[in-house]
Amino acid sequence: MINLAISVGQTETPEAVMFWILGPLAVISALGMLLVKKAVHSAILLAWVMITLAIFYIAQDAVFLGIVQIVVYTGAVMMLFLFILMLVGVDSSDSLTETIPGLRPIAITAALGFGGLMVSLIGRATIGRQMVGLTVANLDGNVQSIAKKLFSTYVWPFEVVSALLITAALGAMVLAHHQRTIVRPTQREQAINRFRSGTLASAAGLPGPGVFARHNAVDVPALLPDGTAAAASVSATLKARGDVIDSRKFELGEVDTSVEEEK
Amino acid sequence: MLINNGLVYLIALPLAGAAILLLAGRRSDKWGHILATLLSASSFAVGLLQLSQMLGRPTEQRAVEQKLFEWISVGSFQVDAGLLLDQLSICFVLLITGVGTLIHIYSISYMSHDHDRRRFFAYLNLFIAAMLLLVLGNSFLNLYVGWEGVGLASYLLIGFWNQKPAYATASKKAFIMNRVGDMGLSFAIMIAFASLGTVSFAGIKEAAPHASTASLTAIGIMLLVAATGKSAQFPLQAWLGDAMAGPTPVSALIHAATMVTAGVYLITRSNFIFDAAPTAQLLVVIVGAITLLFGAIIGTAKDDIKKALAASTMSQIGYMILGAGLGPVGYAFAIMHLLTHGFFKAGMFLGAGSVMHGMDDEVNMRKYGNLRKFMPITFVTFGLGYLAILGVPPFAGFYSKDMIIETAFNAGGIKGILLGSAALLGAGITAFYMTRVMILTFTGAPRWDEKAHPHESPILMWLPMAILAIGSVTSGFLLSRGDALVNWLAPLFAEHGEHEELLKPIVVTSLALLMVAIGVAIAFMKYSRSEVSNTAPEDVSFLTKIVRRDLLQDDFNEAIFMRPGQALTSTLVKTDELVIDGAVRGVGSVALGSAGALRGTQTGFVRSYAALILIGAVALIAAIWVVTQ
Amino acid sequence: MNAANYLYVSALLFTIGAVGVVVRRNAIVVFMCVELMLNAANLAFVTFARINGSIDGQIMAFFTMVVAACEVVVGLAIIVTIYRSRRSASVDDASLLKR
Repeated sequence: MINLAISVGQTETPEAVMFWILGPLAVISALGMLLVKKAVHSAILLAWVMITLAIFYIAQDAVFLGIVQIVVYTGAVMMLFLFILMLVGVDSSDSLTETIPGLRPIAITAALGFGGLMVSLIGRATIGRQMVGLTVANLDGNVQSIAKKLFSTYVWPFEVVSALLITAALGAMVLAHHQRTIVRPTQREQAINRFRSGTLASAAGLPGPGVFARHNAVDVPALLPDGTAAAASVSATLKARGDVIDSRKFELGEVDTSVEEEK
Repeated sequence: MLINNGLVYLIALPLAGAAILLLAGRRSDKWGHILATLLSASSFAVGLLQLSQMLGRPTEQRAVEQKLFEWISVGSFQVDAGLLLDQLSICFVLLITGVGTLIHIYSISYMSHDHDRRRFFAYLNLFIAAMLLLVLGNSFLNLYVGWEGVGLASYLLIGFWNQKPAYATASKKAFIMNRVGDMGLSFAIMIAFASLGTVSFAGIKEAAPHASTASLTAIGIMLLVAATGKSAQFPLQAWLGDAMAGPTPVSALIHAATMVTAGVYLITRSNFIFDAAPTAQLLVVIVGAITLLFGAIIGTAKDDIKKALAASTMSQIGYMILGAGLGPVGYAFAIMHLLTHGFFKAGMFLGAGSVMHGMDDEVNMRKYGNLRKFMPITFVTFGLGYLAILGVPPFAGFYSKDMIIETAFNAGGIKGILLGSAALLGAGITAFYMTRVMILTFTGAPRWDEKAHPHESPILMWLPMAILAIGSVTSGFLLSRGDALVNWLAPLFAEHGEHEELLKPIVVTSLALLMVAIGVAIAFMKYSRSEVSNTAPEDVSFLTKIVRRDLLQDDFNEAIFMRPGQALTSTLVKTDELVIDGAVRGVGSVALGSAGALRGTQTGFVRSYAALILIGAVALIAAIWVVTQ
Repeated sequence: MNAANYLYVSALLFTIGAVGVVVRRNAIVVFMCVELMLNAANLAFVTFARINGSIDGQIMAFFTMVVAACEVVVGLAIIVTIYRSRRSASVDDASLLKR
């Protein structure tokens, strides 16, 4: 695929074909990221945009950056995003209704103005009309030429950036560190507390999800003896996402039993 | 010149007294007045010591200078704090410390009922120190320090009983009118430095002959302004009458004997400037002549014994200024009159204080009468002073005043005749109003309230009066015997040629005595032959009414300076409030208002800030778009 | 093909990212939009490198990536911290800096 992208970049028409397929796709994906409700979907769409950009990089003789883009962004950064999404869960922040009056029209007008002006400026630009290309610069290979620059002209910024990375890592650790203020209860204490608090029902732990023998997925609440769904049996996150399935249709009476009778 | 000759002790002793009394506070209530008196007396002793040393030296080495420290050293402006004791200063030193000590002694008794007596003595000591600095300074700038110091002491002492609003106002009036004069002195110093490059007496004396007449005239006029302020001369004379609000010893010391004569000292000390600036000198004699008549006329209508004496002081200082303005020939006579006046006027003020002491602080002479029976010592001492001021031979005033009148006649031409006549007329009026004071106070029928119990003052009070009375009898004779003072002071002043004599001295003396006799006779006819009402009659002539209002001096000042000044001030205050404060407050309220409006945009929502950033970015891009069009 | 086309894509992606930062409330999505803007800038860098025949543009993009990585690490840590104390990932809920 890399070789394909490179060859596409070096020839005229194939690059145009690739661009005209992937370019609109990237823009549409970005717009989708903006418009979809669920953060997970946004993340996946963003990952796609980034892969598209990686292909663009490779097509533009930036092989190293293309690979780094995939490894760092789609690999590391997007995974980190998904992890955090999992940790944070889902709440009202996913709602797309605007709470600050007037903000959305302002943002859209400003964005239209911004985009229009940028496009107009790019269209008007005269410098760089003649594309030089990186064939000469990349004579020793793209990685080698980047390395030469990085370890000669840009060695100082490179070192500074390394210090920045370490600082960021430390900062993340400091922020994530959580000072425990109470003694963590032992298993024994937890068990005792469970039995002593409230009803005996809580002592046995939360009911598991699923309807016996009919459906055992985590998004199906268990049915109580009186036929109602047991709210405690499914995760609150699933409820917040609206991913909980109505368990009534798995009740005995609701299921079509004609086949069994035939047997 | 001696380097360490103890001059500084003259000033340091009373200054230390003032400091101790003020800093120790109530703890020194019991012994403060004694300490102050002793320090003043020891300063007098140091003065006598200096005099004896000075007499032991030949004439040209008599002046001694002591450099205290380098005071100002800025580029070409070099001023040392230094003291100069010469034949002129020693006269003042002895007058100030001598009369000062007597008045200290007098005040111990006079102020004994005042619970703030210690503070009073502290101020008296402060005054002595400042006045000594004034007469001992070796440059105009050092003199200026003392000049301001006596102004301060005068202000503090006039307003000593400042619980009475009128007295506090009087002290402020004196202070402010003195400020006008002080401006003159500071201008004189500035002009002297600008045109002559130095402010020391010696330096200016050396530089004066080479300086332009214009700048010397300017300095002279400014010095005259300073002198009119401090010495209550026309046109800055209005404060002296009100200054009588202070305790009587203060009036005797500051507003009769010493401080008010500082102007005469200033002009005499700057003789080298005035000798070279005839215009300024002419102004000096005009001021002197006007004031001597002005003061004398005011004196005729005063019922307040202290104010009558204050008017007399003004008039007598007018004589001194006149004498000092007559040039080298007159300086010594001005100083002589100053010294004799110091004796007899201080004596009379103390006498007035003694009368007030016996009459429960009553100052209205119409409520006295026949006091000679009750206060014989006061009557005698006051009477000797009276004879001295009239110029009756052989009392002190005869020698000094007569010489001034004579010198005035000899000034030459119309000027001499005018000045001499004015001085003669003044002598006559003086005789009238002083006789009036004598008659109203000591003779005639008693007119006091039934509550009053006139009595003679204690020894601490009459002893200084007696000493001063002796001075007012003998000083004139002693000072003029063999031209003692004239020869003593001669090294300081320029040589003066012999003037042609307009009138023979004997003629002048006879004329003066004739005027005095006329004045006394009129007073006798008016006040001794008929009953005196104990309230001032209302059906008097228009002129009398004007004189009673101090020849409209206050009305004039109020109309010309105070009201326009107040109008200007209130306009400025309004301008300040509306324009300047308005601008400042406007800036403030604009800032507040705009801040309040801008605060509304702070929603705390990160997204609204992001939207603003986006709008900013759009604006930036739009600007680029327009620029690259 | 005209390399300026990449620039148009870059501009559009950047604009979309900017709108997303303003419009979306979920802090994580806002962050993703910031990443999108950074990536759009990177695309422009790479394209300029190609247009000018100089490798420096790619170096810049490389540095941008490093900085973006730092930013993501710290930013997400902050989001987690805020979530831990406020139980919310909405940027509107963290609006104490108001009048």
